[in-house]
Amino acid sequence: MSTMLTVDDLRVSFPTRTGVIEAVRGVSFTLGRERLGIVGESGSGKSQTGRAIMGLTPAHAKISAKTLNFDGIDLLTAPPKVRRNLRGSRVAMILQDPKYSLNPVMSIGRQIVETLRTHENVSKREARDRAIAMLEAVQIRDAGRVFDLHPHEVSGGMGQRAMIAMMLIAGPELLVADEPTSALDVTVQLEVLGILDKLVAERGMGLIFISHDLRLVSSFCDRVIVMYAGKIVEELAASDLGNAKHPYTQGLLNCMPMLGTDRHPLPVLDRQPEWAL
Amino acid sequence: MTAIVSAENLTVAYDDFLALDAVSIDVAPGESFGLVGESGSGKSTLLRAVAGLSPVASGRIMLDGKPLDAKYRDKAFYRQVQMVFQDPYGSLHPRQTVDRLLQEPLAVHGIADAEKRILRALDEVGLGSSFRFRYSHQLSGGQRQRIAIARALIIEPQIMLLDEPTSALDASVQAEVLNLLEQVRRDRKLTYIMVSHDLGVVTHMCERLAVMKGGKVVERLSSADLVAGRLKEDYTRNLMVASKGFVRAASMA
Ligand SMILES: Nc1ncnc2c1ncn2[C@@H]1O[C@H](COP(=O)(O)OP(=O)(O)OP(=O)(O)O)[C@@H](O)[C@H]1O
Ligand SMILES: Nc1ncnc2c1ncn2[C@@H]1O[C@H](COP(=O)(O)OP(=O)(O)OP(=O)(O)O)[C@@H](O)[C@H]1O
Ligand SMILES: [Mg+2]
Ligand SMILES: [Mg+2]
Repeated sequence: MSTMLTVDDLRVSFPTRTGVIEAVRGVSFTLGRERLGIVGESGSGKSQTGRAIMGLTPAHAKISAKTLNFDGIDLLTAPPKVRRNLRGSRVAMILQDPKYSLNPVMSIGRQIVETLRTHENVSKREARDRAIAMLEAVQIRDAGRVFDLHPHEVSGGMGQRAMIAMMLIAGPELLVADEPTSALDVTVQLEVLGILDKLVAERGMGLIFISHDLRLVSSFCDRVIVMYAGKIVEELAASDLGNAKHPYTQGLLNCMPMLGTDRHPLPVLDRQPEWAL
Repeated sequence: MTAIVSAENLTVAYDDFLALDAVSIDVAPGESFGLVGESGSGKSTLLRAVAGLSPVASGRIMLDGKPLDAKYRDKAFYRQVQMVFQDPYGSLHPRQTVDRLLQEPLAVHGIADAEKRILRALDEVGLGSSFRFRYSHQLSGGQRQRIAIARALIIEPQIMLLDEPTSALDASVQAEVLNLLEQVRRDRKLTYIMVSHDLGVVTHMCERLAVMKGGKVVERLSSADLVAGRLKEDYTRNLMVASKGFVRAASMA
């Protein structure tokens, strides 16, 4: 399988008034045309890893890596214009905070249409039809109505799917999806995963799937990286999650409330300081 | 049962679209009541209507047996009822420090002991005092969500409206937050109305729940019934099947 993305020793830190916050501390992995899951504890650096790949790290942060390479392009030294062009067409990220990332003063439909028209030469009419088709593909009922709504007028799950539609309409080769289905009810969640799955299987898209839902990741992804305190603590074949070695990963599997089990209070992790070394 | 919160034939309209279509629920004091259902079915709209944030077209909302105004809510109401929004990015001002965000509700309601309460609230949601002077835009998604929960709990309300309170959290932090919510409910006799698309979470936290679809309640049942598969509606059954995880073959529709 050909490698499209190489990340070697990625580090992201934020200088603040009260000291430096090291968000990502030496993360390394490669990605081919596959589904790579990233799970990990809240604040462990998952989103910042994705943002660094996309070139969306906040300007005041410090970022370094031995290698950060997408299809032969050195992302760390590429000029901003090259990175912007990449972002518009070949690489895309579904951000964790969809409503916050959508333009609040533009209708959902227009945002999708504009994304499509910046990288493909299509008529207004065709762009509109394709945008509506994309909204329908992500299971939005009443896509015609939602097309004209503004981000504050849609539900949490609708905003999330609007963001997914907007990112997919450009047909990216690499997609970073940051908690793309966390606001969706389970039936819709499966439909959306089905779409992503097809893009990987049929179009050879590379997918980084960031999620806190271990059960979902293990049923959907090929490989899973587990992060804790800015580092990768474990990498597993998704089917092998049951044999996880790291106590954080093992603990995760045990503390989910499950249908039909009655555990009050839920077991919690006994976090050890050495996990964060 | 005398309900502490109830909605009677509540209808919320945006132009001619009905986000809620004659919805009724009753929530008993000290109960934890769940709302599940399709995305866009009106779950957030219902919570927001209780908080006075949705345009109610008809029907009414009762609190402690007294009807509430369609829109207006006074300060005393927010002392009694707090809401944790689905979207913590929108609900927390990004340019404010965690300290300011937690200070503000205390100041509004004239509650003393700010220092002690802020430290305790941070500790309860698993964020140490090192987070106190961070700006909310400097937090991860799950950290922000926990600040939103701390902010609602800090004034010790009687009723919490919780919209997907743990959907941004990894399982380890989710377990801590759910345990906290259960514990404070027990200790302070709180009432919860909780939206979650995770059936495991809802059945863990709530005794009864309502299943919503297209602005209507399509089924009301106990968590025990749901777990045992004693349900009437196909939609509820689909939810149960889908909650078992992704099956590759089935997705290739
Ligand atoms: N602008 C910033 N300034 C300072 N610290 C930041 C900033 N943005 C993020 N951080 C910190 O970096 C760490 C990693 O954040 P990140 O958003 O990558 O976490 P995450 O793994 O995505 O967590 P979650 O599951 O909660 O979304 C967190 O501790 C966060 O507080
Ligand atoms: N300000 C508004 N203008 C127009 N329509 C609105 C507005 N607010 C909400 N709606 C519509 O009301 C419906 C219900 O939205 P609501 O947010 O209650 O759904 P939900 O059940 O919480 O869904 P989710 O699980 O995705 O969060 C949606 O179709 C939404 O588009
Ligand atoms: Mg994140
Ligand atoms: Mg909602």
